[in-house]
Amino acid sequence: MQIDIIQASLGGDEQIIELSQLAKKYGDVQAVAGLDLKIDNEEIFGLLGPNGAGKTTTIRMLTMLTKPTGGSVLINGYETTGDLSKVKKEIGVVPQHMNLDLELTVWENLELHGCLHKMPRAERQQRMQELLAFVELTDRAHDLADKLSGGMKRRLMIARALMHHPGILFMDEPTAGLDPQARRKIWDLIRKMNSEGMTVLLTTHYIEEAEVLCHRVGIMDRGRLIALGTPTELKKKVGEIVVETLNCGDTEYRFFAGREQALGYAGNLSANLVIREANLEDVFVELTGRRVGA
Amino acid sequence: MKRTLGKFFTSRLVGPLLYLVAFGWGMGRSIQMNGGNYMEFIVPGIVALSAMNTSFSAVGVNLNMSRLYYKTLDEYLLAPISSSALVLGKVLAGTVRGLVDSLIILALAFLFGTHLVVNGWFLMVVLLTCLLFSALGVVAAMVVNSHEDMANFSTFVILPMSFLCGTFFSPDRLPKVFGYIIDVLPLTHASYLLRALASGQGIIPLSLAVLVVYATVFFAAGVVAVLKVR
Ligand SMILES: Nc1ncnc2c1ncn2[C@@H]1O[C@H](COP(=O)(O)OP(=O)(O)OP(=O)(O)O)[C@@H](O)[C@H]1O
Ligand SMILES: [Mg+2]
Repeated sequence: MQIDIIQASLGGDEQIIELSQLAKKYGDVQAVAGLDLKIDNEEIFGLLGPNGAGKTTTIRMLTMLTKPTGGSVLINGYETTGDLSKVKKEIGVVPQHMNLDLELTVWENLELHGCLHKMPRAERQQRMQELLAFVELTDRAHDLADKLSGGMKRRLMIARALMHHPGILFMDEPTAGLDPQARRKIWDLIRKMNSEGMTVLLTTHYIEEAEVLCHRVGIMDRGRLIALGTPTELKKKVGEIVVETLNCGDTEYRFFAGREQALGYAGNLSANLVIREANLEDVFVELTGRRVGA
Repeated sequence: MKRTLGKFFTSRLVGPLLYLVAFGWGMGRSIQMNGGNYMEFIVPGIVALSAMNTSFSAVGVNLNMSRLYYKTLDEYLLAPISSSALVLGKVLAGTVRGLVDSLIILALAFLFGTHLVVNGWFLMVVLLTCLLFSALGVVAAMVVNSHEDMANFSTFVILPMSFLCGTFFSPDRLPKVFGYIIDVLPLTHASYLLRALASGQGIIPLSLAVLVVYATVFFAAGVVAVLKVR
């Protein structure tokens, strides 16, 4: 009891997002099934999971676009029910789907956002200049948003989400469909924002992205959180060394805590095999791979 | 907005213009209606129906697309603005479009040589009609969950009103049962009011009250629908 209290008071200020038993049911589909999760202040947190795992639904509930059917969310100490305008000021959102107004220019898209957030004109103009420079779109400011490439649209969406100086940024697959250069550019943007004190919660299907970018990752499957920790911790959990054996066309993976055990196991095999260090992708496949009978 | 404005108005105006030409100019010259020229009878009706059509589809179709397809509505839902402010904004935008279209019809009717009294009350009623159907557009956009159903809503609700609600003929020529139904529909009262005012008679308080009540109810329903949409 004593210990609980001490922990709570130590961790209290650090946690900026708290989900408890958060759930969403669409008809018969349990999209999110009771998530408990705490996101620390100023961390980059990645949500991973196969298609339909419930990542977008979770982000939509956290950003108050979808009402949960169970559980609760605290953002920066605010409830996400009742008067939402205080919470809405704290968060910026980059949704999974491109939702810029394509009939407006780059500049007008930002201006619209500024107006919706009731930013005074002078501050708005200055912020727009600043952000356009930040996402390297200054020279495209007066082009229609429709005319931008996919990566530029993404960057514009990031700039738009940052307009009103949010402390928390939600990004749903910020780099989906981008080429390696564009993706790295966005990683740099995320790191830069984070180093200036922004908390970032992102989802991704690119596991190397989570590995290089996120301080902690959570792996979701069928609406549940099935693993949580730093990429290193998760790799330790399944075993740091992998032995891949080719078995009648199917690759079989076995995980081991150390090289000796792996070598010991491999020594007994005659098949083609590869011994290597585990990466986050192995963790992902091991935990979410829906093997028959599993 | 400005860039698509021209295209928007021209396409929305084709329907009402055709009515004006076909029913008014084409066959209308030979018909006498309640002692007056048929043109003078139908222009207020066409103004009412184009106010309805333009405002409804400007808000309803666009907002529905922006909610379901483009997801641009999320941008508004994420902003710290109240849902009544959001509804008001959309309703006013629709109203402006409806007003402009109605005024263009009126201007053309004058060019055709129709004699109508257009006073402050007349414009007030047009404005109220636009507000009412813009608000209905918000409700429909929030409640209807597919683009096809939105088209169905237009076909089964808006289109019949365009033809039956005292726009092209007086509904007392219809069987009694229809008459009762038509009497509770908002567009009927809009066209009655506009016709009375255009022919120099005074305002019909009951019809005005009906419009005000509808506008208020639809606006409130719009606010609730926006709150419920998340
Ligand atoms: N509006 C909705 N209505 C009904 N079901 C929905 C809705 N949105 C999501 N779902 C269902 O909820 C589940 C989770 O969907 P969600 O979009 O959260 O997955 P995701 O993890 O973001 O997947 P992806 O990686 O493909 O983006 C899916 O089974 C999906 O079909
Ligand atoms: Mg998703």
